[in-house]
Amino acid sequence: MSFLSVKDLHVSVGGKEILRGIDLEIGEGEIHAVMGPNGSGKSTLSYVLSGREGYDVTKGEVSFKGQDVLGMAPHERAAAGIYLAFQYPVEIPGVSNLTFLKTAVNAVRVARGEEELDALNFLKFAREKGNILEMKDELLKRPVNVGFSGGEKKRNEIFQMAMLEPTLAILDETDSGLDIDALRIVSEGVNKLRAPDRSMIVITHYQRLLDHIVPDYVHVLAKGRFVASGGKELAHELEKDGYAKFGIEDDASAAA
Amino acid sequence: MTPPAETATVLEDAAKKREYKYGFNTDIETEFAPKGLNEDIVRFISGKKGEPEWLLDWRLTSYRHWLTMTEPKWAFVNYPEIDFQDAYYFAAPKRDEDKPQSLDEVDPKLLETYEKLGIPLAEQAILAGVAVDAVFDSVSVATTFKEKLTEAGVVFCPISEAVQSHPELVRKYLGSVVPFADNYYATLNSAVFSDGTFVYVPKGVRCPMELSTYFRINAANTGQFERTLIIADEGSYVSYLEGCTAPMRDENQLHAAVVELIAMDDAEIKYSTVQNWYPGDEDGKGGIYNFVTKRGVCRGRSSKISWTQVETGSAVTWKYPSCILEGDNSVGEFYSVAITNNYQQADTGTKMIHVGKNTKSTIISKGISAGHGQNTYRGLVKALAGADGARNYTQCDSLLIGDECGAHTVPYIEVSNPGAQVEHEATTSKISEDQLFYCQQRGLDPEAAVSLIVNGFCKEVLKELPMEFAVEAQKLLGVTLEGSVG
Repeated sequence: MSFLSVKDLHVSVGGKEILRGIDLEIGEGEIHAVMGPNGSGKSTLSYVLSGREGYDVTKGEVSFKGQDVLGMAPHERAAAGIYLAFQYPVEIPGVSNLTFLKTAVNAVRVARGEEELDALNFLKFAREKGNILEMKDELLKRPVNVGFSGGEKKRNEIFQMAMLEPTLAILDETDSGLDIDALRIVSEGVNKLRAPDRSMIVITHYQRLLDHIVPDYVHVLAKGRFVASGGKELAHELEKDGYAKFGIEDDASAAA
Repeated sequence: MTPPAETATVLEDAAKKREYKYGFNTDIETEFAPKGLNEDIVRFISGKKGEPEWLLDWRLTSYRHWLTMTEPKWAFVNYPEIDFQDAYYFAAPKRDEDKPQSLDEVDPKLLETYEKLGIPLAEQAILAGVAVDAVFDSVSVATTFKEKLTEAGVVFCPISEAVQSHPELVRKYLGSVVPFADNYYATLNSAVFSDGTFVYVPKGVRCPMELSTYFRINAANTGQFERTLIIADEGSYVSYLEGCTAPMRDENQLHAAVVELIAMDDAEIKYSTVQNWYPGDEDGKGGIYNFVTKRGVCRGRSSKISWTQVETGSAVTWKYPSCILEGDNSVGEFYSVAITNNYQQADTGTKMIHVGKNTKSTIISKGISAGHGQNTYRGLVKALAGADGARNYTQCDSLLIGDECGAHTVPYIEVSNPGAQVEHEATTSKISEDQLFYCQQRGLDPEAAVSLIVNGFCKEVLKELPMEFAVEAQKLLGVTLEGSVG
């Protein structure tokens, strides 16, 4: 049995078909990169796996550790171990990062049949995970993503991932908007979170992220379908020859 | 099944579950005054309390004046005409002519009612150190911790008792902040007020505990007209909390209270309200009409009055806790969270009247509308000619949940002093789908997600509440909004 199994997945948004038959098998602990130009359906894939409203599955199935994912609400998927690092992390004014995470961590723990963490143990846990991402204490206390720089927001996504300890992490264009130093910190954080029982889907437009987070497999997504799959060398081919080699126009207008 | 349908079902279920936890009715023998309103009823109420002549005269003057007045129509609220003759103006749990001398003598059913409300009146059970005055329909049924307060010199008792025990204070200050002719409902209250709380904190005394009143409307077709009077003498401090509940009934019930606060030199009064009157059902049937006049005067130098309110209940709320800043360097504050869900309507805000020099006021108002709720902030900031160096800061934020609710902001600013500074900021936002999904992706169910976002929105106000109240208020926000997202 594979860890994550996506079979012939078709997804429409507002009546328009975005994903047109995705097949994907991910084993436990594997890292799969999904590359593709703008509008190819990368973010749709991340949203449909995490359960966002408005993404209609018209055909196909998704199972995760033997469970039918598509029948689960977003928070149930989170409890089951699916985590999405957002391309555009959302601001929640007035709610401190720590309060937010304490609520989330305990909700997930309760759903998993574990004890809630009390304030003291939670804080210890947060500090420990915060060190991995070089999170300053001040960032933990500030309202969720409010006034964070682009780099801080992405780092915060990975910090939350460390806290929630998912078994399937989907990183949606985690590299977008990052300068080279921020990219290094974030990818080092991700690498520290690699584990034999944790699989990842790394979604990106560019190969450079994959220099830092080296995948086991690479899939090329175009117009809602995988047009090529292979090992990490596929990413280098893409970098060298561009998406054109796969008959894809790398242009935002292709998305329309 | 697609995820949207799944989520929608969860929300619908939650919506059905929504319940008003305090909607029970206590079956207790009740003594009513005859239905309707006339001079005899006013005399009846006064007689029941054994009031002195001057107070009866004051009531009658108020009543006669009330007859000449018309209901205010300027608020952004809609409700059918109230038939003032079709209500009881006095309802009291029946008991022996002699008042109970201690809690042991209080009807166990009453004690049970307050237990259900989460307010243990038995003193030994109160470890939180909050003294409670419980007002049930028209009378105060129990006041706890009296002795400890007496030791500190603090007077904390039903106002009907204060009329007997401290007539000079009551006579001096009653109606001194909210005159009997102030407005339609305040005038009605002046005529028929039944009970309420009286607090006097003597010079230099810091009240050793939070004082608290719980108001409960139980009897059907009964109006509640309580009257609260708090006097903080020079250099004293008192924090007062007020909570309210009522049974679920299909008819609307009227609650028209008057609260007067007086702060002398260097005194501080902190007044917190968690208002959870029955809001009516999801179709807008029933619920309390909450027409309340609350006003404080900072009479002395460097005195301070701070209003904090969390308004989650009532079908219609019409309420403007205000400060008259007479003393130089005095400070007025108003922190408010008002939530309207289903068909609730709230028109609430404050008035800050700057009279003295270097007076300061702060207004932080958070309005949350869900369902078909309508929420209006209405506020006046006024600086008189002598108010040199007066400063005001106002911030009004509105949060909308769904497409059928409304938020309105109506600020009035009148400045007669060229040196006064008035700042006003206002925002309106919606709980975004992005925020909800973000929270859910982190493991929060939809209800918890809304509750977290709303609590964040209200944070600046909630942090002003005393600790135990803040926790209660946070929960209440969640409960009030249950089933409001879809």
